[in-house]
Amino acid sequence: MKKLAHELIKGIAKENPTFGLILGLCPTLAVSTSLVNALGMGAAATFVLIGSNGIISSLRSFIPGRIRLPAFIVIIATFVTICELAMKAYFPALDRSLGIFVPLIVVNCIIMARAEAYASKHPVMPSLFDGLGMGIGFTLGLSTIALLRELFGAGSIAGFKLPVTFEPVTVMILAPGALLTLGLLIAGTNIIRKGKGMQPLKKKGCC
Amino acid sequence: MDFGKIVTIAISMVFINNFILSKFLGLCPFLGVSKQTKPAVSMGVAVIFVMVCSSIITWILYTFVLIPLRLEYLRTITFILVIAAFVQFVEMVIRKYSPSLYRALGIYLPLITTNCAVLGVTLLNADSFFQGQARIASFVYSTSQAFFGGAGFLLALILMSGIREHFELTDIPESMQGVPIAFIVASLMSLAFMGFGGFKF
Repeated sequence: MKKLAHELIKGIAKENPTFGLILGLCPTLAVSTSLVNALGMGAAATFVLIGSNGIISSLRSFIPGRIRLPAFIVIIATFVTICELAMKAYFPALDRSLGIFVPLIVVNCIIMARAEAYASKHPVMPSLFDGLGMGIGFTLGLSTIALLRELFGAGSIAGFKLPVTFEPVTVMILAPGALLTLGLLIAGTNIIRKGKGMQPLKKKGCC
Repeated sequence: MDFGKIVTIAISMVFINNFILSKFLGLCPFLGVSKQTKPAVSMGVAVIFVMVCSSIITWILYTFVLIPLRLEYLRTITFILVIAAFVQFVEMVIRKYSPSLYRALGIYLPLITTNCAVLGVTLLNADSFFQGQARIASFVYSTSQAFFGGAGFLLALILMSGIREHFELTDIPESMQGVPIAFIVASLMSLAFMGFGGFKF
């Protein structure tokens, strides 16, 4: 039980996909225009992560090593398609605002990285919790950026107007605001990491 | 088919809806390979090549296999598998027949498989051009969207690498070094590109 809790916490704090590993940036920047979009995207990615981690880890002794990557892609794409169709059917408005970023979950590096680095080597239960933790971590990172952008760019939180009125900085909900917010947040993370005596964040490998 | 529309697609994909700076597709190679100009150009050219070829292959598959069998909902699976297989195949061919080209471009090819710009352009094509058009028009529009999308990617990559080469000589605050300053510069570039949004046709 303690080990499972550790798997869960790891993805949320120490190995947070956005602020710890700098993975999955494209969707992070593109859909963080509002908190509702960010939570929708986070839920979709979490669903895919849990599903693909579960299936991949239960099939890990059947998938031959040489063709493991195509096999992982097929499994991940299956869950993404399920997610895409369900979203089109039950949340059409959310689907329209997320656009092509729902099918693009397939190439989100967090999912492939967890499949390759964790699920293909560990039993089913820890893999499920690893997926859940990473999904929650991703959602938190995404929501932090979305919260700041929506707050400054539209003067609202999750669609509700703030009681204090100010002229919203519209550029924050446009493309430059996303890059600026993420840049400053990573710089802030670097300051915290330096205080703890850790290395500054580096972009490594893929996405 | 209409020539004016191709011009509209070109200007829109290169300037107004630039893949990196306004759609956030393909940020990973944008950050990873933009430290120097020469590799940035090689990467951009490789991306244009893969994007155009993937767009042609997915158009053929979508029009002649998925639509007749009414399997349009399988497009995500089909497209990603075809793109991954194609990139792998190109890598093998280049490695076998042209070692010098492989040294210049080959190392970027595996990176391109996970580049969301490639899958992104095929999905955008499928959404906007694959249905409800004459076959030739749909083919030409989607191929030109892929080509000019890649060209916009190359432009942003060259501009960014030119700026980043100057970072070597500047005194950047310690917490800002590396990824954060790259994002801030990208943000300013994206602000500049928003000026193209005023183009009207």
